[in-house]
Amino acid sequence: MSTILIIEQVLNGLQFGVMLFLMAAGLTLIFGVMGLINLAHGSLYMIGAFAAATVAGATGSFLLALAAAMAAAALTGALVEMAVIRRLYARDHLDQVLATFALILIFSEGTRWIFGSLPLYLNIPSWLAGPVALPGGIQYPLYRLALIAVGLLVWLGLWWLIERTRLGIQIRAGENDREMIAALGIDISKLYTLIFALGAALAGLAGALVGTIQSVQVGMGEPVLILAFVVIVIGGIGSIKGAFVGALLVGLTSTLGGIFLPELFKLFTDPATAQSAGASLASMSIYILMSLVLIWRPTGLFGARA
Amino acid sequence: MIRERYLNLGVLALLLALALLARLADQSFTITVLTKVVILALAAAGLNIALGLGGLVSLGHAVFFGLGGYAMGILAFHAQNFAPLELGPLTIAGSKSMPVIWLTAIAVSALAALVIGLLSLRTSGVYFIMITLAFGQMFYYFSISWAAYGGEDGLSIYIRNGFPGLNMLDPIQFFGICFAVLCLVLLFSDRLARSPFGLALNAARQVPVRVETVGLSPMRLKLLAFVISGAITGLAGALYADLNRFVSPTMFSWQLSGELMVLVILGGVGRLIGPVVGAAIFVALEQLLGGLTAFWQIWLGVILLLIVLFARGGVVGLIAPKGVGHD
Repeated sequence: MSTILIIEQVLNGLQFGVMLFLMAAGLTLIFGVMGLINLAHGSLYMIGAFAAATVAGATGSFLLALAAAMAAAALTGALVEMAVIRRLYARDHLDQVLATFALILIFSEGTRWIFGSLPLYLNIPSWLAGPVALPGGIQYPLYRLALIAVGLLVWLGLWWLIERTRLGIQIRAGENDREMIAALGIDISKLYTLIFALGAALAGLAGALVGTIQSVQVGMGEPVLILAFVVIVIGGIGSIKGAFVGALLVGLTSTLGGIFLPELFKLFTDPATAQSAGASLASMSIYILMSLVLIWRPTGLFGARA
Repeated sequence: MIRERYLNLGVLALLLALALLARLADQSFTITVLTKVVILALAAAGLNIALGLGGLVSLGHAVFFGLGGYAMGILAFHAQNFAPLELGPLTIAGSKSMPVIWLTAIAVSALAALVIGLLSLRTSGVYFIMITLAFGQMFYYFSISWAAYGGEDGLSIYIRNGFPGLNMLDPIQFFGICFAVLCLVLLFSDRLARSPFGLALNAARQVPVRVETVGLSPMRLKLLAFVISGAITGLAGALYADLNRFVSPTMFSWQLSGELMVLVILGGVGRLIGPVVGAAIFVALEQLLGGLTAFWQIWLGVILLLIVLFARGGVVGLIAPKGVGHD
């Protein structure tokens, strides 16, 4: 087990983590401000990926594809918010879960209807393809490095948006007291639509970016959605900082666990048993992490509310 | 407006009558479909105890359904291959007997529900939903990576397990046994809801503080409800595996957890017959719409959305509304 391999895996973990952050940020923002649990967030991720694959296929431009992914997801998000989600804010979580589960069925089967069941592929653009040499003689794919950079930029952008802009003040005020900011003359329903569209755009972006290294297919959103849930349970619901820390923790645990647990087991048993036992345990590692955090802090690392 | 009691008996009588008619007409496929309704209803009836009585929105009940299924799969697998299961000092020969399998399924699911409940009930509300969902995913990936029992491909059991004195290969007899189990569980649920435990649980769902003031622990009440609920869903999982003679990781999938919840809501949350009505509608839609279009789940989604937005009591709520005072 060389240092180079370890550094590569840490980078992979970071890359996975920041992509989870893009999903988790939207979820945690929507929950923090509107008090809504949105299972259909994974569908927005899928819609972003399909929009990107379609546009990239038609124009050949990766940047246009990313823009299309964000626009399609934001537009779908805004429409869904106005048509359905808006009616759910005052309802209990059970109704929210069911209505957004219904949306998953509609979006997944609708996409399968339009695009068929075969996966689509998005290509890494030539200017991001190939490896890049890092200090220490490490060759690492440029595209994955770019994903890490995008994730960090989004994190900084969100921080700036929430801490430094007028919209951010309204978002924070909306988290605390929605009646009060409505009384102060802010159109709260427009604010909600905007936040929902923002979260959707981030999910769409993540879908397009990850869809490029995996494949674009129906049902790709839900496993990521559930991991994003684990992220915000660990980080604390409603906290962007928590989502970021949680996302990196989950990304690193999942990637490193998959590589090192089988190796660790090989110290004790024969390779075949070690491989299967290590793989089984690695698949459970992030949930064990989540359980440990819950035992220690039931509201997550940065969760304020009980 | 129909009295709930008559509706309950009517629905069960209708199910039984349909199965007997199908037997007379020699339609064994219809009997199999009806058996699926009964087993899904049983799984949803388990969930209904946590969801309806306890107010616990568990999006991870597929864990128990899957554990029940794998309890059957593993015991029958060792029995059919004559390869005893070595558990440390213990050697188990496996089993092809339903009562043994059922007890194992119930015990394993109850134990899992106890552990998951202890962890998840430290939180509430939206955290609880996400955590139960996450535990479901944990079991799903574990079952995929567990190559000894088929991994992603699952396990096939060649011959349906036996029940003393009956021939389980005859569809109507298997239907009968599933139907009897469902009726017993519904009777038990009804008694449970009226028992001091059920009343306390109902109170713990609505005003936990008051329950605490009279010296009861809401956490314990909810945990017990969660364990009972998991055990029943686990039993349903064992029967479902026997119906298909097959278990696979899809029994643990989050979609299944979502579907179980949909069954309860379609029928009506907290209503005794709700899960049965929900399962019947679900399977009917699957059979009818599934014949017309491969994308029938779009319409399921639309129907579900309309029910959540506009008919909150589910179908049972439409037929037999509850009096004022129900939340």
